[in-house]
Amino acid sequence: MGLLDYFRSTQSKGSANVAKERLQILVAHDRAARSRPSYLPQLQREILAVIRKYVDIDMDAVTVNYEQEESHEVLELNIILPDAGHREL
Amino acid sequence: MARIIVITSGKGGVGKTTTAAALAMGLAQRGKRTVVIDFDVGLRNLDLIMGCERRVVYDFVNVINQEANLNQALIRDKRCDHLYVLPASQTRDKDALTKEGVGRILEELSQIYDFIVCDSPAGIEHGATMAMYFADDAVVVTNPEVSSVRDSDRMLGILSSKSRRAETNDEPIREFLLLTRYDPARVESGEMLSVDDVQDILSLNLLGIIPESKAVLTASNSGSPVILDRESDAGQAYGDMVARYLGEEVPHRFLHTEKKGFLSRLFRG
Repeated sequence: MGLLDYFRSTQSKGSANVAKERLQILVAHDRAARSRPSYLPQLQREILAVIRKYVDIDMDAVTVNYEQEESHEVLELNIILPDAGHREL
Repeated sequence: MARIIVITSGKGGVGKTTTAAALAMGLAQRGKRTVVIDFDVGLRNLDLIMGCERRVVYDFVNVINQEANLNQALIRDKRCDHLYVLPASQTRDKDALTKEGVGRILEELSQIYDFIVCDSPAGIEHGATMAMYFADDAVVVTNPEVSSVRDSDRMLGILSSKSRRAETNDEPIREFLLLTRYDPARVESGEMLSVDDVQDILSLNLLGIIPESKAVLTASNSGSPVILDRESDAGQAYGDMVARYLGEEVPHRFLHTEKKGFLSRLFRG
């Protein structure tokens, strides 16, 4: 580092670190989305349709989550049923 | 049988055509029978970089449509006997490249050549997927910059799922990273992602680092692949890249700024 740099050293240490951190998060997210099976959205729609035959639930009441662990995959379904007060169809 | 190499990136303007021209010329100069194909239908540019734009009579799509045979369309390089160029068509029909057609031409070229270099268009649409579908090796050209690195990662996903090798459960495509437009001074001052930063994310086999260089524009201005400029840093870096591709152990160069004298250090040269 030059002498003049020395006096300027109060400046922040470059933007490359920020770039790397942002990329690491983004790429991890992209890769997770890639490894997800392509049938998930269809699965979600069909499950929702079946449940709506019996219970009046919102369109966004079903969430489907797919995770890949080391030796196995986890398919997680989360269905939020309405309050007990809601009448059945 | 020829080895089919795709030069890809996802993002545009990172140096795919420059790299395709350099790799093809470098292989041919080492005596390998090489053909370089422009897959960028509608936006032909490889002919300009190779300096043969005035000799284009027939193109890739003419050959696919059997309006011309391969010998009529292939342009022999005037500097190197072992090198041929197959130019892209200027048609606006995006689906002119059919999988059957491309496969048939590559098969025919495979009988004659040692290496087939496919210069892919940017993006992930038809032309790009056709360029990579038949590949044995892929060179992912990346700039040390966020959008380029992200797009490269995306291309890796496509390479591993949408290629002939993936579909036939064959050995996967060999993937190489080529980092271009690298500016060691900016890396040292923390303004640019370093090779290690990029490798932490992509972790690929590093084929080379091409420094940001005025020689690249000079070369394209005159239609002479930059690898022929042996005086230039970029030309030498591309020379190293070809050697590494052929399995030679060559240390990476141009990673650091040149040592400066005391006075220039004092005043930031």
